Amino acid sequence: MFESLSDRLSRTARGLAGKRLTETNIQDALREVRRSLLEADVALDVVSSFVASVQQRAIGEKVVSSLNAHDAFVKIVHRELIELMGVANDSLDLTAPAPVVVLVAGLQGSGKTTTVAKLARFLRERERKKVAVVSADVYRPAAIAQLRRLAEEVQARFIASTQSESPLDIVNRALTDARTQFDDVLIVDTAGRLSIDEEMMTEIASLHQALTPVETLFVVDAMTGQDAALTSKAFDEAIPLTGIVLTKADGDARGGAALSVRAVTGKPVKFLGTGEKSDGLEAFHPDRIASRILGMGDVLTLIEEVERKVDKKKTSRLAQKIKRGRKFDLEDFREQLGQMAQLGGMSNVLEKLPGGRMLPANAQGQVDDDELAQLAVMIDSMTVHERRFPDVINGSRKRRIALGSGSQVQDINRLLKQHKQMQKMMKRVTRRGGMEKMMRGVGQTQPTWRPQRRR
Amino acid sequence: MGEEGAKNEGLRGRFIRSLGKTRLKVSHGIGDLVLGEKRIDENTLLDLEASLLTTDVGIDAAEAIIAGLKGRLSRNELSDRKALHQALRVELTEMARPLGKPFQIGSARPFVVLFIGVNGVGKTTTIGKLSKHLEVAGFSTLLAAGDTFRAAATEQIQAWGTSNDVPVVAQQSGADSAAVIYDAIETAKRRGIDVVLADTAGRLQAKKGLMDELSKIKRVIARTDETAPHECLLVIDANVGQNALSQLHDFDEAVGVSGMVVAKLDGSARGGVLFSLAHAQASQECTPVYFIGLGESADDLEPFDPDAFVEALLAP
Repeated sequence: MFESLSDRLSRTARGLAGKRLTETNIQDALREVRRSLLEADVALDVVSSFVASVQQRAIGEKVVSSLNAHDAFVKIVHRELIELMGVANDSLDLTAPAPVVVLVAGLQGSGKTTTVAKLARFLRERERKKVAVVSADVYRPAAIAQLRRLAEEVQARFIASTQSESPLDIVNRALTDARTQFDDVLIVDTAGRLSIDEEMMTEIASLHQALTPVETLFVVDAMTGQDAALTSKAFDEAIPLTGIVLTKADGDARGGAALSVRAVTGKPVKFLGTGEKSDGLEAFHPDRIASRILGMGDVLTLIEEVERKVDKKKTSRLAQKIKRGRKFDLEDFREQLGQMAQLGGMSNVLEKLPGGRMLPANAQGQVDDDELAQLAVMIDSMTVHERRFPDVINGSRKRRIALGSGSQVQDINRLLKQHKQMQKMMKRVTRRGGMEKMMRGVGQTQPTWRPQRRR
Repeated sequence: MGEEGAKNEGLRGRFIRSLGKTRLKVSHGIGDLVLGEKRIDENTLLDLEASLLTTDVGIDAAEAIIAGLKGRLSRNELSDRKALHQALRVELTEMARPLGKPFQIGSARPFVVLFIGVNGVGKTTTIGKLSKHLEVAGFSTLLAAGDTFRAAATEQIQAWGTSNDVPVVAQQSGADSAAVIYDAIETAKRRGIDVVLADTAGRLQAKKGLMDELSKIKRVIARTDETAPHECLLVIDANVGQNALSQLHDFDEAVGVSGMVVAKLDGSARGGVLFSLAHAQASQECTPVYFIGLGESADDLEPFDPDAFVEALLAP
């Protein structure tokens, strides 16, 4: 998400490189900012006030700053973006007495049921909560069945309901049920509804009253247009929202909804839904997202992901091994490939690195996660002996491996060559004082404002 | 003519009711501007541009419309509110007209219609409604539960099958989507059914792997009949913003979109993105909008009529 907004804004900023802020270039840059925000579906009112406050700051900055125009401008926009989206991440409030009720509402097709499942998994795995879910969607065919399936998948307790019950009866029963079963959290899925449908808005207000939820989350599709602002406001008036979940944020949507919804309702965006798997839920950090929008990368989220998903034991074992001067063999390579896949592939990593999006499009195209998967298959087709001692792989072995992995002998050759190069690199790393040196290099690229280009 | 006229009135009435919010926004803008000051000048047009932008018309299309009006203004054609209203109607209609084209079931049997789109736009619901629409028009239909990915998608389409009393071909969840649709087409051949409506799982257009899967589904369908699928309908959510452009572009590249359905136009979203879509395709053959969805019940599907759409948008 945010790619094209990010592209536009960084292009605008780059146009200012090496210059000082003047009346004219501020005006030109602001016009570009307005255009790119509108193209990103940020609500018109929000765009206007955003541009006005950037302008005010830029004019102030012009007088005092010795920074060049590019840095000054990026700094201002970055700061304003953070302000627009709310300053820090607001997590869920789970301190209330159990069961903590979370009510999930939104338009049709915004992704409520998927979000309920992701949230249940998130709370169970990361907060160690006992979670129950219930569906009060008695309108859409098979909505209840969908939640039951997903609940099974994420191992949340599913409280059954049927289409013949009234939504109010369902939630009252579920509340009692959650109390007697000592659930920590009860997540309530509701039917999609239009903000102008009075009957349905009255219904959700009555559910809200019966449940007195600690959290009332509004689910918004990241691809929503100008209407996101109005709709979220209407919902907020009917049922006081406590937060927003932005879904389908892994598409190429420009994510303007994130900017407008927060600005219009004043309620924080708490989560981003990414991907179709049940672990695709990220906490929303305005500062990090603002960095991502400006092409500054989101290294913090990446580090968190690495910490969560990468097997530390294996990594330190590998580090030890290399330090002792042992060779980086194909087994180790295979492991690395597996860990990369765990992190959502190269493309996911690249997206969060500073300047990752600034790589030429064809270079980004070369980062092909399918190819990495193919490498893994090839290594899987080797014997343990071959993996430990790749030098033994001769022509006939190559043919066998190619056959077993559905690839060509040339592919095997390429894999072996790549592995040789990696071995060499690893050797160099150990010689020069190890990973510390390399990591220091990475750290240095961070605090600068300019998107880093690859040398 | 009398009956036709009454039908048009009904449709227009529904449009106007459903698009009420949009109408208010745009004409309120104009009304206000003109009440405030009698003369129409560049500022009036700037405000008008703003109200177009808030209906998702998009900056490029909005600028094009305003440029047209500016031309008229400089030729002194916009003397009063009425003239501005009229001119705006002409500009909007001109832009939207290429989108209008009636949906027709061709001579092939079974006639295969493939439904594609991003997650949650309303593909399955549209299939349910279109099946009813076609059955009423005298075509027998069969539904293919090609969304094998989302939990309970099969149950959802089966519920539509039951309520419309039409057959559904489905396999277990996680099955190969292309195989399900292939099966459905073969079944329709055997039973002599006129139209197959094939569902697919929602997918974001940026996911290359999933788009490749869609191309595969299309290739497999072509094995049953090389002219199939006869229509590839992209379903678009009326709430969507400028992302609709990339949806149309990417899905078209993957499988070739032959027409669109705009769902959920009964909400507060205004579908102004249609102008954005039309404007972006101005230099090429325009992908038509066959239907609009105006609600959740089986009868809430209407053929798209650009003139009525614009008229409803601007009705006093």
